[in-house]
Amino acid sequence: MGEFWDALQDPNYPFLRYALLAGALSSLCFGVIGSYVVARRITYIAAAISHSVLGGIGAAVYLRHAAGWSWCDPMYGALAAALLSALLIGFVSIAARQREDTVISAVWAVGMAVGLLLLAKTPGNIDAMSYLIGDIHYISRDDLALVAVLDLVVLGTAWLLHNKFVAVCFDEEFAALRGVQAKLYYLLLLCLVALAVLSLVRIVGNVLVIALLTLPAAVAGQLAHRLWQMMALASAVCLGLIVAGLALSCTYDLLTGPTIVLLAAVVYLLAAARGRRT
Amino acid sequence: MSTQPAIDIREVSFAYSGATVLEDVNLTVAQRETLCVVGPNGGGKTTLLKLMLGLLQPNKGEIRVFGLPPRLARPKVGYMPQHVAHDRHFPITVEEVVLMGRLGGRGLSGMLGWYTKADRAAAVEALRAVGMEAALRWPMAALSGGQRQRVVLARAICTQPELLLLDEPTANVDTLAEAQLFDLLGQLSRRMTILVVSHDLGFVTHLVEKVICVNRRVAVHPTGELTGQTIRQLYGGEVRMVDHQRNLVLSTGGSHG
Repeated sequence: MGEFWDALQDPNYPFLRYALLAGALSSLCFGVIGSYVVARRITYIAAAISHSVLGGIGAAVYLRHAAGWSWCDPMYGALAAALLSALLIGFVSIAARQREDTVISAVWAVGMAVGLLLLAKTPGNIDAMSYLIGDIHYISRDDLALVAVLDLVVLGTAWLLHNKFVAVCFDEEFAALRGVQAKLYYLLLLCLVALAVLSLVRIVGNVLVIALLTLPAAVAGQLAHRLWQMMALASAVCLGLIVAGLALSCTYDLLTGPTIVLLAAVVYLLAAARGRRT
Repeated sequence: MSTQPAIDIREVSFAYSGATVLEDVNLTVAQRETLCVVGPNGGGKTTLLKLMLGLLQPNKGEIRVFGLPPRLARPKVGYMPQHVAHDRHFPITVEEVVLMGRLGGRGLSGMLGWYTKADRAAAVEALRAVGMEAALRWPMAALSGGQRQRVVLARAICTQPELLLLDEPTANVDTLAEAQLFDLLGQLSRRMTILVVSHDLGFVTHLVEKVICVNRRVAVHPTGELTGQTIRQLYGGEVRMVDHQRNLVLSTGGSHG
């Protein structure tokens, strides 16, 4: 742990401080959005959205090199892909419920395929693995700013419209009868999931991010009686996992993303074994 | 306004992907009437309620609720669904569930779905009406099936409707709670139009003057005309008919006169 503390203060490792800050900021929106996702039981949709993000990253990286769009940051591509797949899955699940699962798996795999294909076609030394499981060495000040903005948008929207989200998650039919645009709120929720996923893609990668979105919320769900309690608890658990994961990976020279995810799994198993409900 | 029927259904037919559920339905319910909807399983009772709510669209015919298309009349309608199919583990309290009946209010707080003090007072009042005020802060996960059903009834009442649609409110409820529900509907019927779906004809005959019989087609009978013959025709079997004495005995201790 001492090494982690020293490394945090070392001017040669600014990315570590950025990672810690990004993790702290993201854990707030992960706790909030993860709780909606777990309570509404749409973790597979969140997983599809986060996997499809690679398609956008691949497209952005490819365009930057092939078309010379130097402004085209991978995160812009990730943002576009995440929102696109959220809306696509949302519209399909509203329009034709029985085929929802097929479309979810298609979006999931197609996004990954597009991303891997374009990353491979991009000249230069592109490490696809750094996007899949994250790499804290690439975190910059700009990423931190992006995370802060995403956080603000996600938390602000959730704070303003919490009661409506609760109603739509708990009983969509009744919410619609009370004049709540249930389908619109469902789409909005999926878009918030997309934004939340982005904020941690850099640290844990688009494949592993789903674990941090769902496992802390699942742990919190064992204890909380109300959604906002679940959110607060999930945020705290998420923050603890990120800090502990960073410290462990720094001390023992482990990959950060997988370390955080395995920690999350251990905590979840402990909570589930002790908990009232699984 | 008061002469306008609460529900006006004309020549309505409805089919789920080809299978006809309701055919040539004509039905008029006057304001402040309390009616019971009876009929066999799969006969179309729930479908009929969902058509009145605009959750389903008729293939043919026209439905008006307080003179409006069902969708536009929703603010005036309280609904208690038959199946409380919600996720039992959803982290939510009784109060939060009942408050959902207050969504759709006006102004900025209504737009954002923020509950006012008046909304919270209405929720407490609705819970008191179903005898569940002590459970205000309880998690829904801690309730029994019958208690959950009463909370969902409170949510419907909390909308302060002009038309209350109840789909089998007595399905999981014990005998005492059934007697209380009977009292409650008696009180509410002075203020609003009520349609109750029920298999318990003993319960029904005591509460209402007319019965809507639904089995693909819809017919309205005065309760007095309900004979064993018509019931057997409708259900094609045995039905609890004359056990409402039990309700009377149980409710003498309460406010029921």
